[in-house]
Amino acid sequence: MKICVFLKRVPHTATKLRLAPGEGGSPSRSIQTQGVEFTMSPYDEIALAEAVRLKDEAGSGEIVAVSVGDDSSLVILRTALAMGADSAIHVRAEIPTGLELDGFQISTVLAGFLRERSFDLLCFGRLAVDDQNSQVGTMTARLLGIPSVADVIKVQPAEGCLRFHHLIEGRVEVVECKLPAAMTAQKGLAEPRYPAIKQIMMAKKKPCETIDAEVPEPVLETMSLEPPPARNPGRIVGEGAGAVPELLRLLREEAKVI
Amino acid sequence: MSTAILVYLESSGGEIKKPSLEALGAARRLAAQNGGEVCAVLLGKGAAELAAGLNGVQRAFVQPGELFDSFQLNETADAVGEAVRETGATIILLAGTSTGRELGGALAADLATCVAADAVDLSLSDGALTVKRPAYAGKALLTVRFRKLPAVVTLRPNVFAQEPDGEACGDVVSLSEPAGEPRSRVVDTVTPEATKQDLTEADIIVSGGRGLKGPEHFVVLESLAETLGAVVGASRAVCDAGWRPHSDQVGQTGKTVSPRLYVACGISGAIQHLAGMSSSKFIVAINKDPNAPIFQVADYGIVGDLFEVVPALEAELKKQGVGVV
Repeated sequence: MKICVFLKRVPHTATKLRLAPGEGGSPSRSIQTQGVEFTMSPYDEIALAEAVRLKDEAGSGEIVAVSVGDDSSLVILRTALAMGADSAIHVRAEIPTGLELDGFQISTVLAGFLRERSFDLLCFGRLAVDDQNSQVGTMTARLLGIPSVADVIKVQPAEGCLRFHHLIEGRVEVVECKLPAAMTAQKGLAEPRYPAIKQIMMAKKKPCETIDAEVPEPVLETMSLEPPPARNPGRIVGEGAGAVPELLRLLREEAKVI
Repeated sequence: MSTAILVYLESSGGEIKKPSLEALGAARRLAAQNGGEVCAVLLGKGAAELAAGLNGVQRAFVQPGELFDSFQLNETADAVGEAVRETGATIILLAGTSTGRELGGALAADLATCVAADAVDLSLSDGALTVKRPAYAGKALLTVRFRKLPAVVTLRPNVFAQEPDGEACGDVVSLSEPAGEPRSRVVDTVTPEATKQDLTEADIIVSGGRGLKGPEHFVVLESLAETLGAVVGASRAVCDAGWRPHSDQVGQTGKTVSPRLYVACGISGAIQHLAGMSSSKFIVAINKDPNAPIFQVADYGIVGDLFEVVPALEAELKKQGVGVV
């Protein structure tokens, strides 16, 4: 089975965001990237771990790690090679500093290059933890005319197809798809395994191809990025169980939420 | 410029789901300000009956096929696509549920556009749609403008108001039956024993962290949640430890929630957790450590042992009688 895994470079989730100043007095449109630690988006990591698990279980197969972006994407591709991908493809696209390609642009680029390749399974994270638009996996699959399943928590190989267990509206549905197919990974699907030094060294010998993307015009224009509305300073109502009646009074009379 | 707005309505157990009614409310307000028609799509069992009872919708498109009793991405996208063509809709609104998110991507592919996911505000002027939405799990608010229409937007549950009853639905139109071999088929559905409301749609959330000391102690929170009519959530630490399912996790790699009341018990408040819940309307924190970061976002805090405070809270609620607004 040939599996492509799609990876996005994002700020580490522990990052305390600072906004970059806007140009010429206009509002900020991006975060400050200086001093920020970038990583592979956590759900992409899970998708990669599941691809490795499926290959191990089958005893054969090939995993290709793919990332769209400028040269900074190479770092996460190298990590992916160390984590078990066999080869990497950097789909090179220049991105204005701090801004993002939108979901339409990324999906169009991915579908364009995938039409010329053979694959059995496309693995995406359910969303990237930066812009959180959660559309690229499903959009790419629909553009390619292949089935896709989102928020997958278990993959079972079956006769000539795969069974995807996924979360939908609080229930688990098991969806059977003929290949090629696409899926997006939800937490619980697989545990990412972080590479040892030996794997990191070996990854340097694995092939990494670069192709230039033809990026369509964006659909979305970022107007501003702002901090969330500040919360009113709260207060400590008291200590221990004795503070409960006062808490309830405040919730009823001041907050009026119960 | 007037335009048709199409809303995809999810239903379950013979009722339209609340996040879908909120999306319909948003559509009706946009249409009231800008002119144009509000149309709706309903699929699956009872679709025609529900459509006939709709308010403030000019045209409803229905397809009651059994196929839609489970979630069928491609056939659902095809059906909504047919309604888009029939109405010439340029704005497609969906609830920000797992269904809405998945369907949004497929529709955007068909319409060569983007999804703006999890919108908390929408405005339309001179034919340009601007959407405000959280990014970085709520650590920032992003405002994006669609450079062209059509646009697909999913709306964050619990944010948009429903509209009161309006004129009864004018016209119920049948969509074509799904044709051809489905690309995928649902072979099994596992429904949890008790149907639990999704955290993102919950009005009140009682959430627990490492301070619970073990999975067996969540019964304390379950009990308070039952009294309050709340849903139980959890921090990443306890989900990663396997105490609670991942679907209960609130935070940057879990769910971003905005309930009316969020009660954080034994949660210190890591930055990823705060990002996921700080847009709650009111936050109560119960924690032993007076320096826990959770107190910085809480409206009301109690410093103390949750194993004493939570049962006392529940007992007092029962004594006073819970009158949830």
